[in-house]
Amino acid sequence: MSVDKDTVRKVARLSRIKLPEERVEPMTEELNSILGWIEQLAEVDVEGIEPMTSAVELSMPMREDVVTDGNIQDKILANAPRSEDGFFVVPKVVE
Amino acid sequence: MSDLTKLTLKAAVDGLKNKDFSSREITQAFLDRIETVNKDLNAYIVVTGEKALGMADQSDARIAKGEGGRLEGAPLGIKDLFCTQGIKSTACSAILGDFAPPYESTVTQNLWDQGAVMLGKLNMDEFAMGSSNETSHYGPVVNPWKRNDGANTKLTPGGSSGGSATAVASDMCLAATASDTGGSIRQPAAFTGMVGIKPTYGRASRYGMIAFASSLDQAGPIAKTVEDAALMTEIMCSADDKDSTSLHIPVPNWTKDVGAGVKGMKIGVPREYRVDGMPAEIEKLWEQGVAWLKEAGAEIVDVSLPHTKYALPAYYIVAPAEASSNLARYDGMRYGDRHTSGDLIETYETTRADGFGTEVQRRLMIGAYVLSAGYYDAYYLQAQKVRKRIAMDFDEVFSTCDALLTPTCPSAAFGFGEKAGNPVEMYLNDIFTVTANLAGLPAISVPAALDTQGLPLGLQVIGKALDEASCFKVGGVLEKAAAFSHKPTL
Repeated sequence: MSVDKDTVRKVARLSRIKLPEERVEPMTEELNSILGWIEQLAEVDVEGIEPMTSAVELSMPMREDVVTDGNIQDKILANAPRSEDGFFVVPKVVE
Repeated sequence: MSDLTKLTLKAAVDGLKNKDFSSREITQAFLDRIETVNKDLNAYIVVTGEKALGMADQSDARIAKGEGGRLEGAPLGIKDLFCTQGIKSTACSAILGDFAPPYESTVTQNLWDQGAVMLGKLNMDEFAMGSSNETSHYGPVVNPWKRNDGANTKLTPGGSSGGSATAVASDMCLAATASDTGGSIRQPAAFTGMVGIKPTYGRASRYGMIAFASSLDQAGPIAKTVEDAALMTEIMCSADDKDSTSLHIPVPNWTKDVGAGVKGMKIGVPREYRVDGMPAEIEKLWEQGVAWLKEAGAEIVDVSLPHTKYALPAYYIVAPAEASSNLARYDGMRYGDRHTSGDLIETYETTRADGFGTEVQRRLMIGAYVLSAGYYDAYYLQAQKVRKRIAMDFDEVFSTCDALLTPTCPSAAFGFGEKAGNPVEMYLNDIFTVTANLAGLPAISVPAALDTQGLPLGLQVIGKALDEASCFKVGGVLEKAAAFSHKPTL
């Protein structure tokens, strides 16, 4: 399987990364060299093998459903690029 | 007084406890050392001198009262991947701007709770994606070692924990925190003549560690000796409610395993690790390692891990897929840098294009592609099944042996730019280390010899899950037999 330039543009869009037109061709080549190398995985017989989801078997730990943290508005906003009156300020989302 | 920066962590902790010198003295010695050599090596990107001296004074006060933790007064370096409260933590990426976390990572908190002193934040590949430190936004770290050809070529300390490795190897800290997703502790340790261990997945909390690939990321130390590495690992590891994959089991006393020997142990030598193009001297060193362990009373068994060659390709699906999900949070809205352009989507796209470096962008796109509709089964699901196969290979060999001995890397440290042209060639550096991440196993790298170019080479010991003890036992024997005492000339 190899990717074409349109697919690369689409993947860049999915990744929310602006890809200048002059980078499309080199990125296509780079991704294809990596994907071509990854391709060899297809030859492994995985009949009846369950996909691995965790490196160490463990059951998800449960805790009491209680509030353990909060009231830290200042801390949460401390690193915001823009904030006002206790809110994050972001570009217009809805027209 | 002799040069305090050259002490091992153990010797420094003992000296502090005995009041042979104060924490302020040793901390100042390290700050002076950093002042002298860091500008050429670029290991520290932030030096927290004032904070360090403040912590040192507090340690001295505790020591004076006969109190103190297991690392009381000992100055350490912290990889920039770990969040440190109020101190810039960016995983060496431009996208995090001047992010100063309002919280502390569990691993670093564990160190401060035992009295350690923080010298500063250490350089690394951006978001830990790299094997040469060349992807850092702050420029590459330089390896203090040089080839003996007189050419003075600048070499990489490896990556992603290149800053940690160089800082310890050039006496800019007693030991350092590091992290390992595909080999990022062990490869830099090997390239700089240091000891590095990745514990079993889940031993050290990931809380406050900037995420790359969550099912593979694991914290560990880079240190000067196997004993120092054991001491650091004991303190860094803990059960933590803030990390849902943290193992809620006691942390053993690993320092006592270091001198325990290997008599009666069975050590496996996996034949698939004898790869094409591996330098003859690495093969020879591996045989030497086998001979050392035999002399120390271990039994050597030939074993097979048939799916080894598929580990790296599987890793380069799983890791980018997890990264594309983890790094979706960097949108320029809540923290980090925002580059406004047009509408919201365009602002996201510009922020991320400007904030992420080339290698990170490449991996995020690979991740988005392998997870996208129509390709999920062929790539991601297949990779997770292959990963299971690799883990099953290990289960099988560990029914016949206690630990595995391999080289750490297929080469010694290389020069900047020598592998930058081809991403796949760079990825092949992790060929011997990545399997332990995929299977979640503990693995240690111990310096074993210099090659003909005068550069350090490491041997790796892979243990069963939760059996770091065997890594420390075998590592201790290798360290003693190799008697590696070479130092880079700075």
